[in-house]
Amino acid sequence: MDAVAALPIHEIPVRRIAVRPVTAEPAWVRRALIALALAFFGLFLLLPLAAVFVEALRKGWAVYLAALVEPDALAALKLTLLAAAIAVPLNLVFGVAAAWAIAKFSFRGKALLLTLIDLPFSISPVVAGLGLVLLFGGSGWFGAWLAAHEVKVLFAVPGIVLATVLVTFPFVARELVPLMQAQGREEEEAAVVLGASGWRTFWHVTLPNVKWGLLYGVILTNARAMGEFGAVSVVSGHIRGQTTTLPLHVEILYNEYQFSAAFAVASLLALLALVTLVVKHAIERRGDFAALRRGSLK
Amino acid sequence: MSIEVRHICKRFGAFTALDDVSLAFPEGELVALLGPSGCGKTTLLRVIAGLEPPDSGQVLFDGEDASGTHVRERRVGFVFQHYALFRHMSVFDNVAFGLRMKPRRERPSEAEIRRRVMALLELVQLDWIADRFPSQLSGGQRQRIALARALAVEPKVLLLDEPFGALDAKVRKELRRWLRRLHDELHVTSIFVTHDQEEALEVADRVVLMHRGRVEQVGTPEAVYHHPATPFVYDFLGSVNRFEGRVEETGLRVGEALLPHEAPFPAGEEVVAFARPFELDIVAAESGQGMPARVARVLVFGASARVELEGEGEPGRRFEVELPRERCAALALSPGQPVRLVPARLRVFAAH
Repeated sequence: MDAVAALPIHEIPVRRIAVRPVTAEPAWVRRALIALALAFFGLFLLLPLAAVFVEALRKGWAVYLAALVEPDALAALKLTLLAAAIAVPLNLVFGVAAAWAIAKFSFRGKALLLTLIDLPFSISPVVAGLGLVLLFGGSGWFGAWLAAHEVKVLFAVPGIVLATVLVTFPFVARELVPLMQAQGREEEEAAVVLGASGWRTFWHVTLPNVKWGLLYGVILTNARAMGEFGAVSVVSGHIRGQTTTLPLHVEILYNEYQFSAAFAVASLLALLALVTLVVKHAIERRGDFAALRRGSLK
Repeated sequence: MSIEVRHICKRFGAFTALDDVSLAFPEGELVALLGPSGCGKTTLLRVIAGLEPPDSGQVLFDGEDASGTHVRERRVGFVFQHYALFRHMSVFDNVAFGLRMKPRRERPSEAEIRRRVMALLELVQLDWIADRFPSQLSGGQRQRIALARALAVEPKVLLLDEPFGALDAKVRKELRRWLRRLHDELHVTSIFVTHDQEEALEVADRVVLMHRGRVEQVGTPEAVYHHPATPFVYDFLGSVNRFEGRVEETGLRVGEALLPHEAPFPAGEEVVAFARPFELDIVAAESGQGMPARVARVLVFGASARVELEGEGEPGRRFEVELPRERCAALALSPGQPVRLVPARLRVFAAH
C-alpha cells in the first residue's frame, strides 16, 4: 500500500517553511555577541596566560627547569602546599559545621553568622593580613605573650597558614548552605526515626546528599589557598626560602629582574590552577552523571 | 501499643499550635486527626513521634511516660508528607535503612535483611522496582515505599502525615482503600493526619476533629458526621446550609420566615442552625412554608440532583439542596424560579 495514501489528509507532509522561533534573536546578533565574548575572553584571559608560558620558555627548557628546582623555589612550593594542606581540611570541617548549623537549625544570630562568613570575600586580603599583624605582631594584643613563650606567628609558617585559613574561610560553607537549605530536614528526621544515630545520619544521609557541592567547595578553597597573595604577603616577612609561598616567590624574582625565573614559577602556579579547574570540571560532569543516573535531571 | 497524650501544649512564638490536648488512642485502631491547616494536627503527630518536644504535657506509650525517650528508641514508624525518601539510595536501600541502622547485636544478617525487605516490597506490591531511585517513581509508588520503609523496623505505632496529600484524586482513592486493607492485615496502632473529611470518614476507625490547637470532637465517623458536637464540626464535615435566627414559641425565626424546630432552647435565644443539603426540601413558592429562595442552577449527576439557590431578597446568600432525581424532575425547576425551602431536620447551636 502506498504510504502517503494511507495517511489522513492533515498528516500529509507539507513543504517546510523556515520559520524563525519567536524567541530567538536574528543570526547577526547572536554572532556578534559570541564574537564579543570570545574576543574579550581571548584578550583578557587567554593572552596573558599564554604570555606567561611564552616568557617562561623564552630562554629555553634548561633555564626553565633550573628556575623550578632552585632551592628557594622548591621551599616556596613546599610552603604553598603545606598551607593548602592545613587550610583545606580546617575549612572543610568548619564549612560543614557552619552550613549544618545554618541550614538545619534556627538559633539567635544565625543571620549575623551567615553575613560574617562572607566577610573574607568582601574585605581586602591586605586588611585581613593587617588584622593578623595587629593581633600577633610584636606590639599586638597577643604579641607580648607570644614573645614570652617564644612562639613565632608573624614572619613564620604559622602566620602564613593563619592568613590562608582566613581568606579561604567562606568557600565550603558558601557552597553547602544553599544546597542544605534546599534539601530541608525531612530526610534527616526520617533517618533518626528509623533509629540512626546523629553521626550515622550525617554519614549516610546528609553527606551523600551534598558530596558534589562539598568537593566543589574544597577545590575552590584549594585554588584560593595556593594562589593567595595579599594577606600572606603582609604576614610573611619575605624571608627567602623560609616564609615565601609561590606567589610571593614570583614577586621577589620579578622585582629582581629575573624575568625568566619569575615566569617559570608563575607558570607552575598557573598549571596548579589549571589542574584544579580540570578536576573541578571532571567532578561537575561526574556529579551531573550521578544525578542523571538517579533520574533527577530528566 | 496504645498511646495517650495528656495536657499537651506547644507554642511557636506567639502562635499556639496545641492548647491543652488530651487524647487516648486505643491499641490496634486507625485514627484520623482531622482539621483545617494550622489546627495543630501535624504538630500533635510530631509530638507523639518525639520529633517535636511539647512545652508541657505527657506522651504515654502503653501507659508509660515516653517524654524522656528519644525518637530513635520510640519505635514509631513515621511517613512524612513529602515521603522524605533518601534520594541517593535505591528503593531497596531505602527500605533496608532502618534494619541496617540497628545496633550490631540486634542487626539481622544481610541475607535476612534482603528477605525482609523483599517481603515488605511485595506487601506494598512494588518488589519489581527495588533497584530504582526515588526520583524515578510516581507519587503513589513513593508513598508506598515510604510506608514500607517505616514498617521495616516493625514499629509499634505507625504515624502518617497527610499520607495522600500530594497525590491526584484517583490515586488517592485507591491508596486509601489499600491503606485500610493493610491496616486490617497488620493491626498496628496507626494515626494519620488529614485535612480531607472524606478521607478521614472513609478510612479511620475513629476521627479526632481539631480546630485552633484544641480537640473539638472525638468519635466514630458515623458519630461525628451525624451528631456533630460543635458548629465547627458541622461546618467542616461536608456541605452545609447555615441559618442564623432567634428561637420563638412556634419555631425558629430566620428573617421573615419561621422554620419548624424542636431544640431545647428558651424563646428569645439567638441561635445558629445547620442543615445538610439532603436535609432540605424544595416546595412550591405558593405553599407559604419555610424560607423563600430562588433557583440559581440545577445540576443532575447520577441518582441525585444538586440545586443551588439564592436567598430571596438576599442575593449573596447561597443554599444547596440535594434531591432524588425524580423529585427534582417532578418539581420542574428552572433558573430564576421562586421556591421555598423546608428543612426536614435542623441542628441548632447557641450563637456566641
